[in-house]
Amino acid sequence: MNNTNNVRYQWRRTKNQIILATIAVLAIIPAIPLFVILFQLFQKGISSLSIDFFLNLPAPPGEPGGGIKNAIVGTFIIVGLASLMGVPISIMAGIYLSEYGKESKFAHLVRMCADIFQGVPSIVIGIIAYAWVVKPLGKFSALAGSVALAIMMIPVVVRTTEEVLRLVPNILREASLALGVPYWRTVLKVVLPTGMVGVTTGVLIAVARIAGETAPLLFTAFGNPFMTYNPLEPMNALPLLIFNYSMSPYEDWWQQAWGASIVLITIVLLLNIASRILARRVAGEK
Amino acid sequence: MSIENPIFRTEDLCAYYGDFMAIKHVTMSIPEKKVTAFMGPSGCGKTTILRCLNRLHELTPGAWYSGKIFLRDQDILEMDPILVRRKVGMVFQKPNPFPTMTIYDNVLAGYKLLGIRLKKEEADRICEEALRKAALWDEVKDILHRRGTFLSGGQQQRLCIARALAVNPEVLLMDEPTSALDPKATLQIENLIVDLKNTVTIIIVTHNMPQAGRVSDYSAFFYLGELVEFGPTAEMFTNPKDPRTEEYLTGKFS
Amino acid sequence: MNDKKLSLPSKIWDDVFRYLAFGSGLVVILLIVASLITLIIQSWPAIKHYGLSFIWSTDWDPLAEKYGALPFIVGTLLTSFLALIIATPFALAGAIFLGELAPKKIAEPISFIMELLAGIPSVIYGLWALFFLVPIIRAFQMKIGAPPYGLGIFTASLVLAIMILPYALSVARDVIKLCPNDLKEAAYGLGATRWETIRGVILPYAKSGIVAGIVLALGRALGETMAVTMVIGNSSTLPSSIWDLGNTMASVIANEFNEAQGLHLAVLVEIGLLLFIITVIVNLIARIFIIKTRV
Repeated sequence: MNNTNNVRYQWRRTKNQIILATIAVLAIIPAIPLFVILFQLFQKGISSLSIDFFLNLPAPPGEPGGGIKNAIVGTFIIVGLASLMGVPISIMAGIYLSEYGKESKFAHLVRMCADIFQGVPSIVIGIIAYAWVVKPLGKFSALAGSVALAIMMIPVVVRTTEEVLRLVPNILREASLALGVPYWRTVLKVVLPTGMVGVTTGVLIAVARIAGETAPLLFTAFGNPFMTYNPLEPMNALPLLIFNYSMSPYEDWWQQAWGASIVLITIVLLLNIASRILARRVAGEK
Repeated sequence: MSIENPIFRTEDLCAYYGDFMAIKHVTMSIPEKKVTAFMGPSGCGKTTILRCLNRLHELTPGAWYSGKIFLRDQDILEMDPILVRRKVGMVFQKPNPFPTMTIYDNVLAGYKLLGIRLKKEEADRICEEALRKAALWDEVKDILHRRGTFLSGGQQQRLCIARALAVNPEVLLMDEPTSALDPKATLQIENLIVDLKNTVTIIIVTHNMPQAGRVSDYSAFFYLGELVEFGPTAEMFTNPKDPRTEEYLTGKFS
Repeated sequence: MNDKKLSLPSKIWDDVFRYLAFGSGLVVILLIVASLITLIIQSWPAIKHYGLSFIWSTDWDPLAEKYGALPFIVGTLLTSFLALIIATPFALAGAIFLGELAPKKIAEPISFIMELLAGIPSVIYGLWALFFLVPIIRAFQMKIGAPPYGLGIFTASLVLAIMILPYALSVARDVIKLCPNDLKEAAYGLGATRWETIRGVILPYAKSGIVAGIVLALGRALGETMAVTMVIGNSSTLPSSIWDLGNTMASVIANEFNEAQGLHLAVLVEIGLLLFIITVIVNLIARIFIIKTRV
């Protein structure tokens, strides 16, 4: 009796160790391709990086010295315009959810719509921006791309703004109201500043997400081999350039696609890291 | 018991949370430039009635009132709540300085948050005056431009008192202002309350009877939403008229 | 200070601000409604012309104005589910590892890196897959005697699996972390081993959340465009095996939208509309599971 119990215990212990080891191995495997991607990106792309690469405009295939200046500038213009359009309205909607709507049915509907919209494929948002901006204007434009990206960032910023503002202690609202400050000023000057770090984190996460988006730009910003600052013209962006170059049959363009990818991933990772550092500061203050 | 020239007078005041009646038909008068303590076991409605007096009560979802509250001769339930709150300041249970603001800006918050621009000299004067009244000036005069959240709990509470005093209210409501503080900080606040009554009418909610005895001139005893007894503190403590007050004062309720 | 002056505008501004906030909330709702209406209007010629047969017809020939979406619907479902099958065991193991087994000092930096890598733009996954994964798959296909395209359904699924893994993992990990300590201690107190506690207490507790994570990842996979477009091979015939070339709903839109006109364009918008509806439904399902975990 005692002996069989002992054997069973041994077996349970061994089984435990085998399964836990398997889990650990399975858990580590998916990290491998991710590191391989980063490694290869820098291995293949680092040789394209030069000052000329940043300052020159694209050259025809086979001609040396082509750069990606227009795509870098384009990405900043398109993403900047998208933020100008998307951020204020998102923050106001977040304020609505946390300060006014709260548990009302309408507020729940807004939340549900934001959550659902977060799952809408970016290519579909590209179609919508095409119908809303490209068709009426009669041509592709950076503005249309910005509209698509603004639509994409709204749900993210709305939800983080709400979550952050809800964490602002109620006693601060009461302190301000008890001084005779109207509610709207209390929200703008006490609640929002107190949650500002968190709101900024949400905005950075959203910007990082849209900066790398290609699909919504395909039939809106469209791409442009030339330099333009006019948001009503077709404009190049880093993700568009990477896509077009890598699908081209020219080896030197492939090379430049790797280089452009390093630039893009650096921008995206820096935004992400900045947002995490800020998020940690919020957590530390709590 | 009659009070000459009361600053606050409630008439048949009832306050509700939805269907629940938290304050039941309270009629009373609060004397000017005195300290009045609201006492009673927890859940008796003493904080609710305090929050009626500057209309913070209505911020709770579902909360409403009936009856009248006169501030001098104006019914505050008919006034713009913002004007009421400018005249009736409040200090809360937990110190709540604005974490994004400096000590200086916290004191002047009643102006800055409203977008009222003050000249530098005027702002400096108001700030110093309020901090002196709150007995905090000597401790913070060299660190006015640091965040208020670095101060100790007692200092934070005095900063909140300075913030409330800076807009020159006629009445200062205090909701258990020392319950989150250590004994030494509590003593400082109590001394401050006694000093302040020459400049401002004070109403303090407390569940600490010795504290009510030390600082207040008048006391109101509430039980289950009703005003059981109101009178000069010394009289009530030595010779309570209602058996419920006596039971509370002798420690039979918790 | 004049108190009277101060009171009046404050009320007006309170109302203005409240309506602005409310209006912004309304915009979020209108955005979804307007998107749906736009897609329906733009695809109306195609809906009218082909009706429901569009969904199960397999012919796709823009020159002959023949449009059937089945190859793309099959392509989308095939790649997404294949990706889920590949990713789920790893995601689950990763979630258990990071949420329960690994000490905080190891789990936190790994989680941090995982989240950063989840932010890699999909076009970069595509670029990497095109130049690194495709040759490897091609060599593998030669070995097993499949047509050595390198590109195709399987390659697309593999990239998708890598891309969606962090999403499924982080949702599942968060729920596993939420499992109350006293539940676990009760199991250990009964003499259970670590694995028996995981299987008997933690996984049942986190079940809804794990499913939610997987469904959310499915939603991502269904709509993922760029990486798939770059490696799937762009063939508009019904795939006959996972080694075949194909197209997904998203990739056919990405490939043909800019050259399309008239009915062809309307058909592509209709595919977008289908994709919109499918992903909304999938996300609603995920939400139901998320709500369940909170209870």
